[in-house]
Amino acid sequence: MASLSEFLISALLVISGIFGFVGSFGLIKLRDSMSRLHAPTKATTVGVGAVLIASMIHAAAFEDYPSFHELLITLFLVLTAPVTAFFIAKVHIHRHETPQSMPQPGEDRVWATHDTDEGEQIGGDKEGKAGADREGDREGDRPGTP
Amino acid sequence: MMIYAAYFALGCYGLAMLMNLWKVATADHIGDRILALDTMVINAIALLVLYGLAYGTEVYFEAVLIIAMLGFVSTVAYARYLLRGNIIE
Repeated sequence: MASLSEFLISALLVISGIFGFVGSFGLIKLRDSMSRLHAPTKATTVGVGAVLIASMIHAAAFEDYPSFHELLITLFLVLTAPVTAFFIAKVHIHRHETPQSMPQPGEDRVWATHDTDEGEQIGGDKEGKAGADREGDREGDRPGTP
Repeated sequence: MMIYAAYFALGCYGLAMLMNLWKVATADHIGDRILALDTMVINAIALLVLYGLAYGTEVYFEAVLIIAMLGFVSTVAYARYLLRGNIIE
């Protein structure tokens, strides 16, 4: 039993090390900025996840008590990783893209990141005044705004 | 066998931290710098859990939790500052 759990822990640790290395290697290897956003998600999910599962098995098999702190860390990482990636992608759109270089936003006028006064000036389209009016309406709708 | 696997994983994550540091130093866009800092936080979490596993201590879990929370908050604050010019409107 102990040898089986030891084997499981070793396999999980090796998998985790390889995935963590690959995630950071992709960060310096990939060429495009949005491609680089893809690489470290492997380190987040499989890398840290395998380390935490190995730690849980280790606590249950060798320390004589089960440990559930790891589930908390896993839950937190899984909850926060998409938010982080979303904000980094928004920063990329904000700083390196214009409304003309983006694909069509469907039924909206521009993408939400470009829907500011500065975005209209960067884009240089004719509807800057309408965008400013919409921004003013949204400020007025917000409750508690003086 | 287990301790060698732990040393292997520690080496891998150490190399990963070095590559992230290189990327933080030489990134050409600021979005890549935020991404490299966020990956450094993830690798620091994995390194601390590995250290606690390899040396049989439980005292690093609170540190891991605090790093996970503060890493997320600092990444979002950095991106938010670049997007809006201030953090809390």
